[in-house]
Amino acid sequence: MIIVGTLESSDCLITIIPAETLIIEVDSIVYDAFGQQICHVIKHTLAKANITKAHIICQDKGALDYTIKARLETAIARYQEEGF
Amino acid sequence: MIVYDSVDILLNDLKLSDGMQLSFHHHLRDGDHVINQIMNAVNTRDIHDLRLHPSSIFPSYTAILEALKRNRISQLTTSYMNGPVAEYCMKHPLKHGLHMQTHGGRARAIMTEETVIDIAFIAAPTVDVLGNATGTIGPAACGSLGYAIADAKYAKTVILVTDNIIDHIENPQIKKDTVSAILKLKSIGDPKGIISGTTTITNDPVGIQIAKKATRLIEALGYIKPGFSFQTGAGGISLKISENIKQLMQQNNIQSSFITGGITQYHVEMLNLGMVKSLYDVQCFDLVAVDSLKNNPKHRSMSAHEYANPENPNRVIKNLDVVVLGATEIDLDFNVNVTTDSYNMIIGGSGGHSDTAEDAKLSIIVAPLIKARTPIIKQRVNTITTPGHTIDCFVCERGIAVNPRRQDLIKILEKSHVSIIPIEDLLALSHDYTGIPESFPSKKEVIGNVYDRHGRIIDYLYLKE
Repeated sequence: MIIVGTLESSDCLITIIPAETLIIEVDSIVYDAFGQQICHVIKHTLAKANITKAHIICQDKGALDYTIKARLETAIARYQEEGF
Repeated sequence: MIVYDSVDILLNDLKLSDGMQLSFHHHLRDGDHVINQIMNAVNTRDIHDLRLHPSSIFPSYTAILEALKRNRISQLTTSYMNGPVAEYCMKHPLKHGLHMQTHGGRARAIMTEETVIDIAFIAAPTVDVLGNATGTIGPAACGSLGYAIADAKYAKTVILVTDNIIDHIENPQIKKDTVSAILKLKSIGDPKGIISGTTTITNDPVGIQIAKKATRLIEALGYIKPGFSFQTGAGGISLKISENIKQLMQQNNIQSSFITGGITQYHVEMLNLGMVKSLYDVQCFDLVAVDSLKNNPKHRSMSAHEYANPENPNRVIKNLDVVVLGATEIDLDFNVNVTTDSYNMIIGGSGGHSDTAEDAKLSIIVAPLIKARTPIIKQRVNTITTPGHTIDCFVCERGIAVNPRRQDLIKILEKSHVSIIPIEDLLALSHDYTGIPESFPSKKEVIGNVYDRHGRIIDYLYLKE
């Protein structure tokens, strides 16, 4: 399991757990207004890194897209380093 | 003066019954023990349809929540509320609604008898044997009792609730003439909760940038001159602006005439340095302010009527030059919301926001352009707390927008080093960062009203789904 980020305001905490399929969970304080955009950024970043099997949890405290992207890219890099 | 030591015996003697209008004040803030002790006793009785007028409601006022759940209360009228009571009210409509007033509007409504209070329970940190009261001394000293004065003068029955009775009070804030009885409890409040949580100068870089821009704006508009007056409140950015103004005054050897509103240690320091002639204090935000009010005659307490009642021609803020206020939302017409968040939950209320915005010669809103991905500027605010025609400028870290109604200000700034930007451009800029928000809360069932200080309905509150 990889955990990256924080639960501070304007940040997010990304967790990656090995899984047999791709599962994306988003829990955001701004879900009503930006939920679709957050999902889009996560899917796009995962596709770019060729991740097709993993359980991704994004606990979002109002992070901007580039923050979510940076946190997720870091999590993916560590996930791959760990050899999952 | 009769002194009770049991809430139950007092409530029996008061013949507390269905439909009564009860009032409380919030000077003990989140440390108040009075509202909970009274309401806990009320909750054990088979009483309904009570109408409550607490001047504000804080998260610790849980006995009000219990009273709502037990269907004791049919109407709530207040100037500010957050926490569990606010959350409950937004999801469970009251029979006679939720009514959000301004601080000045509350005093006006009571004094014109538009609001008739049957019983005022007034937390009084020290009471003398004759029934005079003060907030400046006692174990739960809170300083000014400004918001309770109208209640003390106009309620049909006035009960002072205290934990400290002495022989004689020299300069009482509440005089014995209208007091009916004293209720003595073990404790009326916890001093730790009396202090507001927001009274330190910001060290956040965004906040510092906003404060810098706002200070330059006030200076460029020519307000920082001998004898000027201002109100900044206790927000972190506002206090940073106070600090900046103080430095400018020191550099230019300027003395101001008065500071109003909620008073903090930073304002007391300016008084002690002789940089301001008087502090007019409706509410002390920290213990330094409480202490100063007790000891320094230039630090005066004032009632909400003296502070902001629109029907009082001598109200202090009528002479106010500059007020700096916060916002949770502002819209393209400069309407400001400090009542609800963007998801339709009550998180505050006007307090003195819309009173001071209307009266001050220059009203400035300060806030970050984006807070946790939520843009502060909207096409239309979720709730109008303060109408846009009373707001002059909006300052965020990315720029300053001036209300087009104030062409006079725009002309002055054109000749200065301060640049301004249309509020529409700031909205577009914030959307560049956040993306365009998808949905706004649905608004179907009206559960309450928002009033301006004159008692006119300016917006509605809607059930949170």
